Amino acid sequence: MADYLRLEGIRKSFGSFEALKEIDLEVVKGEFVCFLGPSGCGKTTLLRIIAGLETQTAGRILQAGRDISVLPPAERDYGIVFQSYALFPNLSVADNVAYGLVNRKVAKATAAARVDELLKLVGLPGSGAKFPAQLSGGQQQRIALARALATSPGLLLLDEPLSALDALERVRLRQEIRSLQRTLGVTTIMVTHDQEEALSVADRIVVMNQGMIEQIGTPLQIYRDPATPFVADFVGKINVLSGRLRPGRDLRIGASRFDCEHDTDAERDVKIYLRPEDVLARPIAPGDANVFDGAIDKIEFLGSYCLVRVSAEAIGAQPITVYLSLNFLAEQKLEVGSRLPLKLLPERMRFF
Amino acid sequence: MSAVLPASNSRALRQRSHWTDRVAHLSLLAIVVALVVFLALPLATILAKALQDRDGAFVGLRNFASYLATPALLQSFVNSVSVALLVTAVTVPLAFGFAYALARSCIPWKGTFRTIALIPLLAPSLLSAISLIYWFGNQGIARRLVTALGFENIYGAPGIVVAECFAVFPHALMILLSALTLADARLYEAADALGTSTRRKFWTITLPGAKYGLISAALVAFTLVMTDFGIPKVIGGNFNMLATDVFKLVIGQQDFQRGAVVGLLLLVPAVLTFGIDWLVQRKQTAMLTARAVPLKPKPQRGFDALMLGFVVVVSALMLAMIGMAVFASFATYWPYNLTPSWKHYTMGFVDAEVGDAFLNSLKLAAGTAFFGTIVVFVGAYMLEKTRGADALRPLVRLLAMLPMAVPGLVLGLGYIFFFNAADNPLHGLYQTLTILIVCTIVHFYTTGHLTAVTALKQLDAEFEAVSASLKVPFFKTFWRVTLPICTPTLIDIARYFFINAMTTISAVVFLYSPETKVASIAILNLDEAGEAGAAAACAVLITAGSTVVTLLFIALGAWVERSTQAWRRTGGR
Repeated sequence: MADYLRLEGIRKSFGSFEALKEIDLEVVKGEFVCFLGPSGCGKTTLLRIIAGLETQTAGRILQAGRDISVLPPAERDYGIVFQSYALFPNLSVADNVAYGLVNRKVAKATAAARVDELLKLVGLPGSGAKFPAQLSGGQQQRIALARALATSPGLLLLDEPLSALDALERVRLRQEIRSLQRTLGVTTIMVTHDQEEALSVADRIVVMNQGMIEQIGTPLQIYRDPATPFVADFVGKINVLSGRLRPGRDLRIGASRFDCEHDTDAERDVKIYLRPEDVLARPIAPGDANVFDGAIDKIEFLGSYCLVRVSAEAIGAQPITVYLSLNFLAEQKLEVGSRLPLKLLPERMRFF
Repeated sequence: MSAVLPASNSRALRQRSHWTDRVAHLSLLAIVVALVVFLALPLATILAKALQDRDGAFVGLRNFASYLATPALLQSFVNSVSVALLVTAVTVPLAFGFAYALARSCIPWKGTFRTIALIPLLAPSLLSAISLIYWFGNQGIARRLVTALGFENIYGAPGIVVAECFAVFPHALMILLSALTLADARLYEAADALGTSTRRKFWTITLPGAKYGLISAALVAFTLVMTDFGIPKVIGGNFNMLATDVFKLVIGQQDFQRGAVVGLLLLVPAVLTFGIDWLVQRKQTAMLTARAVPLKPKPQRGFDALMLGFVVVVSALMLAMIGMAVFASFATYWPYNLTPSWKHYTMGFVDAEVGDAFLNSLKLAAGTAFFGTIVVFVGAYMLEKTRGADALRPLVRLLAMLPMAVPGLVLGLGYIFFFNAADNPLHGLYQTLTILIVCTIVHFYTTGHLTAVTALKQLDAEFEAVSASLKVPFFKTFWRVTLPICTPTLIDIARYFFINAMTTISAVVFLYSPETKVASIAILNLDEAGEAGAAAACAVLITAGSTVVTLLFIALGAWVERSTQAWRRTGGR
C-alpha cells in the first residue's frame, strides 16, 4: 500500500452538530500535510481522531496498513505536540525528552545518548538540566518536539504548534520544523489556521471548512488553482468581480470585453476570482488586450509595496485591488485620484 | 456515497479501552460505590424512616403530621430560623467591615488581625459558648451587664446568638475577604478619571463586585447556625432548636421516626441555600480576567483610623472570648479562687476521659486527613483527567458536591439509621473509629474535592494525551508529574480535614462509643456533668492541638515548597 495513513469516510457528530462530514484522505509516507481552515472547521477534531484522543462517529483509519480506527492512543504509533507545549514543569528538560524512553525499558546510557542527540537536533544542546520554565516559548516548543520524536514514531502530529509564539519566532521555528521533518523523513500532519504557515511548509494542504474538505493540493495548486470560492477567499487576497461569460472565450465585465481561457456553450453570469498580483500595471504595450483605465481610490502602505484600490467605470465601477511597488508609485507620480491603465491576466482568472 | 448508510442508522463507533483506562474506570466505580454507601444510602434511610412507623411499616406523611401537631417541636423550628436570621444579619455586616478594612484600607498589622479573626476556626464552636458562660453566666464576672441590658440571663436565645456570631464570623470573613481582594484596579482608575465620588464608587463598583461574596457569606452563616449543635446544647438552656431536638428525639427518646422528620427539616434549608449559592456562583464567571490589575489601597488618614478602631474592637472581642476560656480552664475554683493551676487539666487526664478522648481526636483527625486526602485527590484526578466511563462522571460530580448541602447532624443521623440496622452487612462498623473517620471524610468531602479539582484544572489538559502518545500509563504520569506538582494542594486538603476532624461535633455525636469518644464530645459530657472547668480545659486543649498541627502543616508546606518545588522558582519567561 502506497499510503501510509488512510482516512475513509470519517464522520464526527457532537449531539446534533456534525463536526466532520465524510472525510477521505490519504497521506503518503514521509509527507508533510497541513490541515488548514478557520476556527471551528473541524481540523483539530480530525487530528485528535487520528491521535485517538477523540473517537470518530463513523469511518475507518488505517496507518501503515493496520486498522487503528478504535485503538486507544497508547496502541497507536505517533508523537504529538500541542499549542500549549504540555511540558511537565516539574521535570528537567532531559527527563521530559526521556519520558517515553524510560517506559520502554531503554538502558539509561542509551536513553541519555538519545536525549543528547535530540536536544542537538532541535538546536538546544546542553539544556538538559534546565526546567521548562527557564526556557522561552520557542525553546519549550522545541523540547516538546524533541519529546515527541524521542521514541521515533511513524507519525508526527502537530496541533497549532506555533500559535502561542511571537511572529518572528513563529517564522523561524516553522522552517526548523520543516527541515527537521525532511531530515528524519517522518510523516507529519500539522493543524494550523495560518495560511502563510501552511503555504510555506506543507507538501500538501488540506483546506477544510464546516467539517468538510474543500480542497487537497500542493501549496501552489491551492493558491493558483483554488477549487472553491471558499479556498480562493481563505488563502491569500483575491478580487471578486461580477461578469458575464459568453461562448467564444468572451468575458464581459461592465461594458468592457476581455479575453479569457474558459469557453462556455451558453451565456451565463459568473464571479471572476483574480489575485491582486494577477492584475498588472506594467508592462503594458499599446494595443494589448484586456487593458482598462481606472482611478486610484485608496493606497494602503505596507512597506516595500502598497495595496492599491482602483475603481474603473470600464468594469462597471467595481473596485479592484492591485499590488504596486513603492518605487513604481513614485516613478509614475501616482497618488489618490491618479489614473492608470491595468491589465488582467486571462490565464489566472478563476470562474465560479 | 450511496453505499454509505445514513448516520442515524449506524451506531457510533466506540474506542477500545486500554487496560490502563479500565484501571481508571474501576477507580471511578469504587468512588461511586463508596459515596453511595457512605452518603446516598444513609441519607435515603432518613427519608425512609420518616415515612415509616416504629415497626417499619409505610405510613406516608403521618410522622410529619404528628410533628406539626406538636407545638413544642414547631416552636423549635421558629426558634432555629429566627436565631439563624438574626446571627446572619449581625455577622455578615461585621465580617464585611472587617474584610473591607483588611482588603481596602492601609491599616497596620493586617496579618495579625486576620489571624486573630480566624482563631475560632481552630476551636470547637462551643468554645465560645463556654466562654460566654464564664463572662455572663450565673457566676460570670460580667453578668450584671446582661441584666443591665434588660435580659433575664445569658442562657437561651441571647447566648446562642452571641456565641454563634463568634463561631460563624471567620467563615463569613474568609468568603468576603476573597471577594474584596479580587478587585480590578482599572475599574477604580476609570472611575477616578471620570471624577466619581467615593460613595458612588462604593455603590457602583465595590458592592456589585462583592455581591456574590455577600450572598455566599449570608447563606453559609445561615446554614451553619441552623445546623449547629454544640452551642445551643451548652448555652441554650430551655430554648429549643431543631439541632438539639434531633439529638433529644433520637438519643434521648429513641424516637427515630420523628428524629428523621426533624433531620429532613434541617436538610431542606441547607439544600435550598446550597442550590441558591450554586446558581449564584454560576453567574459569577469571568468577573476578573487574567489581565486585571490588582487593587492597592491608598492611605487615607481618617478612614484608616476609623477602620483600625473597628478592627481593634472586633479583634479584642475575639481575644476576650478565647482568652476567657483559657483563663477559666486554669482557674482553681471558679469564681472563688482564680489562682492559676493545672487542676482541670490533670483532673481530666487522671479521670482518663479527656486524655483518651484527646488521643481519639488525634487518631480521628490523622485518619481523616490521611485517607480523606488520598480518596479526595484520587477521586478528583480520575474525574478530571481520565477518559471513558462517561456515564459515571456526572454521578461522581453530583455525589462529591452533595456533602456540602448536608448538615453534619443529618449525616450522622443517616449513619445511625443505616449502620445501626442489624441486617446491614456493614453493621460491624458502627461505633468504631473507622466509621467516625469515614463519616468525617464524607462530611467535609466537598471542600477538599473542589480544592483538588481547582488545582488539577490548572494543569495542562494535554499531559495525559502526551503520556498516552508516549505509551506511558496514566498512573505513572500521576505519580511522576501530577502528584509532585499538586503536593502543596494535598497539604492544604490534609490540613483542612485535620482541623475540621479535631473540632467537629455534629456528625460524630451519634456515632461514638465509650471507647471511641473524641475530645469535642468529651466537652459536651463534662459540661453536662457540671465540670465546667474541665470542659473549658478540654476545649482549650483542642484549640491548642489544632493550632500546633496547623503550624506543623505550615512548616511542612514550607519544607515541601523548598525541597520539591524548585521548578516553580526558576520563573522568568
